[in-house]
Amino acid sequence: MTENHVPLEKHHVILEMRSITKEFPGVKALDKVTLKVRAGEVHAICGENGAGKSTLMKVLSGVYPHGSYDGQIFFQGEEVKFNTIRASEKAGIAIIHQELALIPELSITENIYLGNEVKSRGLIDWSQAGRLATDLLARVGLDIDPQTPIKNLGVGQQQLVEIARALSKDVKLLVLDEPTSALNEEDSAHLLDLLRGLRSKGLTSIMISHKLNEVAAISDSITIIRDGATVESFEVVDGNVDQDRIIRSMVGRSLDSRFPDHTPKIGEAFFEVRNWTVAHPTIPDRLTSKGSNFFVRHGEIVGFAGLMGAGRTELARSIFGRTYGRYIDGELLIDGKSVHLPTVSSAIAHGLAYVPEDRKVLGLNLLDDIKTTIVSADLGRISKHNVIDRDQEYSAAEGYRKSLRIKANSVDVGVNTLSGGNQQKVVLAKWMFTQPELMILDEPTRGIDVGAKYEIYGLVQQLADQGKGVVVISSELPELLGLCDRIYTIFEGRITGVFDKADASQEKLMARMTETVSATTL
Amino acid sequence: MKSIKQLLGGDTRQYGMVVALIALIAFFQIKTDGKVLTSTNAINVINGNAYVFIIAIGMVMVIVIGQIDLAVGSVAAVVAYVVALSIRDWGVPWWVGVLLGLLTGMIIGAWQGFWLAYVGIAGFITTLAGQMLFRGIQQYIGKATATPVPKEVKYLGSGVLPQWGPDTGLNNSTLLLGVLAVAFVVWVEIRKRNKLRKLNASVPPIYLPVIRIVILAALIGYATYLFGSGSTAAGESLSFPVAGVIVAVLVIVYHFITQRTPIGRAVYAVGGNKIAAGLTGINVRRTYFLTMANVSFLAAIAGVVGVGRSGAAGGTDGTNWELDAITAVFIGGAAVSGGIGTVMGTVVGGLVMAFLNNGLNLIGAGADITKITKGLVLLAAVAFDVYNKSQNKPSITGALARGLHISRGKKSDGPAGPSEVVTPDPAGTASK
Repeated sequence: MTENHVPLEKHHVILEMRSITKEFPGVKALDKVTLKVRAGEVHAICGENGAGKSTLMKVLSGVYPHGSYDGQIFFQGEEVKFNTIRASEKAGIAIIHQELALIPELSITENIYLGNEVKSRGLIDWSQAGRLATDLLARVGLDIDPQTPIKNLGVGQQQLVEIARALSKDVKLLVLDEPTSALNEEDSAHLLDLLRGLRSKGLTSIMISHKLNEVAAISDSITIIRDGATVESFEVVDGNVDQDRIIRSMVGRSLDSRFPDHTPKIGEAFFEVRNWTVAHPTIPDRLTSKGSNFFVRHGEIVGFAGLMGAGRTELARSIFGRTYGRYIDGELLIDGKSVHLPTVSSAIAHGLAYVPEDRKVLGLNLLDDIKTTIVSADLGRISKHNVIDRDQEYSAAEGYRKSLRIKANSVDVGVNTLSGGNQQKVVLAKWMFTQPELMILDEPTRGIDVGAKYEIYGLVQQLADQGKGVVVISSELPELLGLCDRIYTIFEGRITGVFDKADASQEKLMARMTETVSATTL
Repeated sequence: MKSIKQLLGGDTRQYGMVVALIALIAFFQIKTDGKVLTSTNAINVINGNAYVFIIAIGMVMVIVIGQIDLAVGSVAAVVAYVVALSIRDWGVPWWVGVLLGLLTGMIIGAWQGFWLAYVGIAGFITTLAGQMLFRGIQQYIGKATATPVPKEVKYLGSGVLPQWGPDTGLNNSTLLLGVLAVAFVVWVEIRKRNKLRKLNASVPPIYLPVIRIVILAALIGYATYLFGSGSTAAGESLSFPVAGVIVAVLVIVYHFITQRTPIGRAVYAVGGNKIAAGLTGINVRRTYFLTMANVSFLAAIAGVVGVGRSGAAGGTDGTNWELDAITAVFIGGAAVSGGIGTVMGTVVGGLVMAFLNNGLNLIGAGADITKITKGLVLLAAVAFDVYNKSQNKPSITGALARGLHISRGKKSDGPAGPSEVVTPDPAGTASK
């Protein structure tokens, strides 16, 4: 095995995971995975969801204690046998998970030193802790009072606090699991800069990411894992990364394009929003939607581009059964007729569906199984006299499992056991089951891997081809440009522009997303 | 091992708590030289714990939505007085008194549900307030004086089904119940096979359902014999208790509601993730309201059965009933965080506590030892659950609860319906 990767041998290897095999009842999650990380590099691990990246990191950090897996781990030249996360932290390995583990009510200082308090004669020395926290925040480039409660910070800032917390523990190896998946472009760029800075000071990091452009931008070497096994591991020379090569290795096939070929069949406009004005739920004079006008045609995929906080999600949810904010003014028209949709059930009844951005928090009951989830938004369809017909439920769900290729043995499987991409497919199936005319997808591919993204794009196009209207809200401009027939831009609650696919570009969109321009193109 | 699984028709783990229950009964049966499984004692266990089961059925739903109800004991106590006083002082017929009691329960339920669902005060607080409030009302209207109820109400709480017809050597009402139960078991098995054939699934060998039927029929037969064969010292035939029938009917009805109806799904959805439930079109407030109102209604039924058993409404009625019900729910595998728990699991949890109480009583353990044991059993059951979860194994109590919950699609224990197989249209081509 080692002879294949001679280049890596030339440098000092800080971490080597040798032939790691981890089995769960009935599943081999990792099969002789090998990973070598050199000191002072940024090492990217790529792989589809469910490939085994997170399992590998759990083995590394002691979540799965020594003895529960086969293989050896060498860290800084010595074999290590971590039994707890604490043990791996003590050795200098810190993991920052996708789901941030900060306590919202506590301050930055309190969070940084939680479980690791700065003590003086047995008592916590808050003034010293505060000084140290200020220094740490400066190191991560966060200019903010360390007394600030975490709940007042944005996601990007919270991520930086997590890194500061890791630095406070004298970290030698920093592992970041999907660090930018919840960040906007600006915060992502800042995070990557920070990682570069830390690298120049000698910190080694492992970055798990789906965003190949970021992987290309920062990593010194890349390991690709597929189906629980290492596919390949190579060094990045002069910053040249062949993204297609990574994709091929990840999915085991070549993707000619990131988007399936599609010829739109666009019909008449059927859904229209006029002068839609909505206020923030608790701050009455703050408008989250300021007289928005837009329409959707049959067979059309309409994108909404905007920076985080621009009001895209707020707009969508205020339309979908008024689940956000306070309605002030405006009108919704379906097929030219004004409709009143004060509740989610009325919105569903009028053919609307909304797939929320955060599937774990907003889209799923993680205690449910696949079939219960799929039918949950339209129980009437499988019920007679208010009694659920479980045979119909089962076969309906089974149909979606097959046609959407949801990776699960049966529809009796709990949704919490599925990977992100498959969870998203379940949520899509749940809303397809309601047979909507207008499907609003909020960040439909966030946190899911390349292969699953491709499949989801295909499903969105299928929906459009059946004459439905689809609205896609996304923070990734290439995604909107590749998928949508028409794109609206939003800035501070106002629709600032609309572009046809042919004349849209990242630059044009970004210009309208960042400055208020009167919506003359409307 | 596989054949045992096939025989039980599901995950063997989900029978863990049932096995524990059987072991418990067997232990005390041996320890007491057969005093546990006698007609009189079995009737006693059922009658003495009917209130726990009735309240726990509603409590499990409350706990599934992530709330708790501490007021049910006080509600039952108020209802007991409403029934007893309205019959004695207003001279209304006994059944009007009972209806007034149930109506009181519904009104109180609406009150409790209102504060949670429409004002947004946590159930713990609204019902803690309710516990004091309704205990106070009970003391105000009852003056803590024992108020007897007529024999019809007593019959609901302590009576047994009547004897009739030819002499079969058993009580005929009990015999009829037993026969119906066996017929139901057979019908379920036949229906299951027919359905599998229709879906072209592989049909298991015929001996499996036959063995299953034989085992269940033997259990039902034994229970029929146990309840139907005894007689009182005066030579009157003993039978299945009326309160047991009430419990059984409620268990079946609520099992069905929770597992097979949209409102039942709403309860689990709200408990699992209320934000997601709201975005799915479920009326979260209404679900909160109905669930809280329902447990007070069931507490009212428990109050009626309870006053029937004791024969008179009294000052200490319903004391700690909420804790008995909550204990049954958690032994039955429910999660404090909500979303998990079933009526059937709760029934098993209630039976464990009932036979534990009874067995300890029969071997002459005092109140002190009984309390210590019950406390430890509750801890042990839940600790076992937690341990299993931390080991990434499906927990026994949890699997029991979840297993019954999950197996909704596999078991066919409901009435036959036309099982039209829909072929869904993956991308929704079929327009409305």
